[in-house]
Amino acid sequence: MAEQHNKNKYSIIVPTYNERLNIALIVFLVFKHIPDVDFEIIIVDDGSPDGTQDIVKQLQQVYGDDHILLRARPRKLGLGTAYIHGLKHASGNFVVIMDADLSHHPKYLPHFIKKQMETGASIVTGTRYVRGGGVHGWTLMRKLTSRGANVLAHTLLWPGVSDLTGSFRLYKKSVLEDIISSCVSKGYVFQMEMIVRASRKGYHIEEVPITFVDRVYGSSKLGGSEIVEYLKGLVYLLVTT
Amino acid sequence: MKHIVKIMTFLVAIIATWISLLQAAMIPQSHTWLLPLYFIVSLGCYGLFMVGVGLMQFPTCPQEAILLQQDVIEAKQFLKRKGVDVGSD
Repeated sequence: MAEQHNKNKYSIIVPTYNERLNIALIVFLVFKHIPDVDFEIIIVDDGSPDGTQDIVKQLQQVYGDDHILLRARPRKLGLGTAYIHGLKHASGNFVVIMDADLSHHPKYLPHFIKKQMETGASIVTGTRYVRGGGVHGWTLMRKLTSRGANVLAHTLLWPGVSDLTGSFRLYKKSVLEDIISSCVSKGYVFQMEMIVRASRKGYHIEEVPITFVDRVYGSSKLGGSEIVEYLKGLVYLLVTT
Repeated sequence: MKHIVKIMTFLVAIIATWISLLQAAMIPQSHTWLLPLYFIVSLGCYGLFMVGVGLMQFPTCPQEAILLQQDVIEAKQFLKRKGVDVGSD
């Protein structure tokens, strides 16, 4: 299908920590799936001890350092600040955020771009919870907590999107800059806060179904403390947004 | 308007309706006093129902894991040829 000539530039921000193999795979897949789009990949590495930055430099040899930007930081400094750091170096008018562990597949990038161009949306967010999307690698218990958390969040917050904690999103750069400055949470509550604040501010948000293959689950179990953090996050969002 | 204000307004409206029902005495008082309980229980049932439905309809994608494996193999072959170190992490 012929696409109208897309004059936009997309800055893809990928925060990494110990992802020496996955970052190479992601870069390959991005180039494979959006070859005709003007983009750059900004890798914000937090001082990975496994040599992720060396791999990024090798990738720059292959793909060019105008397409692959390494903007490292000395140590783990948090996801929100990683995005802010990446944003400072972003030259595109659109920004994509995605995870580095290959649970977000670059093959959905054309879907995000197309949806945004069709609707003029300020934000396009990937959702795992609608038909066409999906999750692989979750136990029944994990699905139960996810669904329970979702129903609770929807009842309390009326957020306007189906996947609140998802972190595969396309933003207009100006919109991302606007929202990120008012968000203070950490971790996945940060992702929730971003989309809820965007919704409250009236930004046009569209959704695209994505599939999510969880290869990491098993090492990070959903424990009691995470549930408490989530509930605290919900109350915070309920009161402050 | 902040979201919490919307919710408070909604709750105040419900409570006002409840009090006016108590005063009007169209329904027997014994029933009216229990209305908040019915409301909360219905809300709980609705929540549980939505969780159950969502769980049953939870979209899964086992084929994606296989496709991903293929992508990984293709990527590794290409990158190895180009001199990128794709040894196990």
